[in-house]
Amino acid sequence: MNYGIVSQEQLEQIDAILSDKLIKLGVDCVIIIDMAGNIITAKDNGENKYDVYSFAALAAGNFATVDAMAKLVGEQEFSLLFHKGKDSNIHFSKIDDELLLISMFGRDISLGFLRLNVVDVIEKIRNIWDKK
Amino acid sequence: MSFINLKDKVVQVKVVYYGPGRCGKTTNLEYINRTYRKQIVSEMVSLKTHGDRTLFFDFLPFDMGKIKGYDIKIQLYTVPGQVKYNATRKLVLRGVDGIVFVADAMEKQREKNIRSLNQLHENLQSYKESIFRIPLVMQYNKVDLKEHGIPILPTSVLQNDLNSRLKVPYFEASAITGYNVAATLKKIISSSVISIQKKLL
Repeated sequence: MNYGIVSQEQLEQIDAILSDKLIKLGVDCVIIIDMAGNIITAKDNGENKYDVYSFAALAAGNFATVDAMAKLVGEQEFSLLFHKGKDSNIHFSKIDDELLLISMFGRDISLGFLRLNVVDVIEKIRNIWDKK
Repeated sequence: MSFINLKDKVVQVKVVYYGPGRCGKTTNLEYINRTYRKQIVSEMVSLKTHGDRTLFFDFLPFDMGKIKGYDIKIQLYTVPGQVKYNATRKLVLRGVDGIVFVADAMEKQREKNIRSLNQLHENLQSYKESIFRIPLVMQYNKVDLKEHGIPILPTSVLQNDLNSRLKVPYFEASAITGYNVAATLKKIISSSVISIQKKLL
């Protein structure tokens, strides 16, 4: 995989997919990070400003911890995580061994609908990587 | 490995402060956080136990300005120093670009420093990285304790114990007073950035 550097063209394509499939749907913020805690790209709806850098570091740590827990119970991985709050929720989904897609969303989107779209987004992003 | 965003022209560099328990890794970050408040956009994140020991890591993002038109974002991390947390230390080391090894200069900590450095070597190997290749800076912390009559190791002994084969830049420091904290940071940032540049060319 072309990890380390992503071309401008690839990033633009990914950003377009995130905007089109998730932000338009009403997701507050979408971040793609790598497992080291680096941000690949971040998109938001312009209303909610999150501290995405701290978020990425914590999310990578969180995912790594859950991954270690999965191994302890004999699972290969838990490929998706979901945190539910009163007003906002966070959904984590693995794109591949190095990348994670994180969506932050409020009460107006159902988890099922979001998951359907996330699956679609991940499929499209994988295609972009594969073309490289 | 650092991540380079060609669209927004951002380079993210991951620097990890490593070392035995209570050697002053978190204190380094706290000093940087206090002193360079203006360059730090967000709050320092600390995941610690009730007893104020680091449980997972501390995280401090830091803007360094531009190099050749690229925004350099330094991400400072610490690892938990306690022996039992090696699995966590390994996780934090993932994708590291540069390491500051903080050694505790107190005489009674001599063996712990060596053990911790050996474990760093092993942990890096598990990521197919080498302690001999990765940008590394030694910091011999707590030299201020000498004034308080606490026996500390002379730098020559520390150098012999920890840096005789690695031969990396080193600093005597006192994280609590800030002595050489900035010098250590500057050195590791420049070594890491140079190493990233070399990989790219």
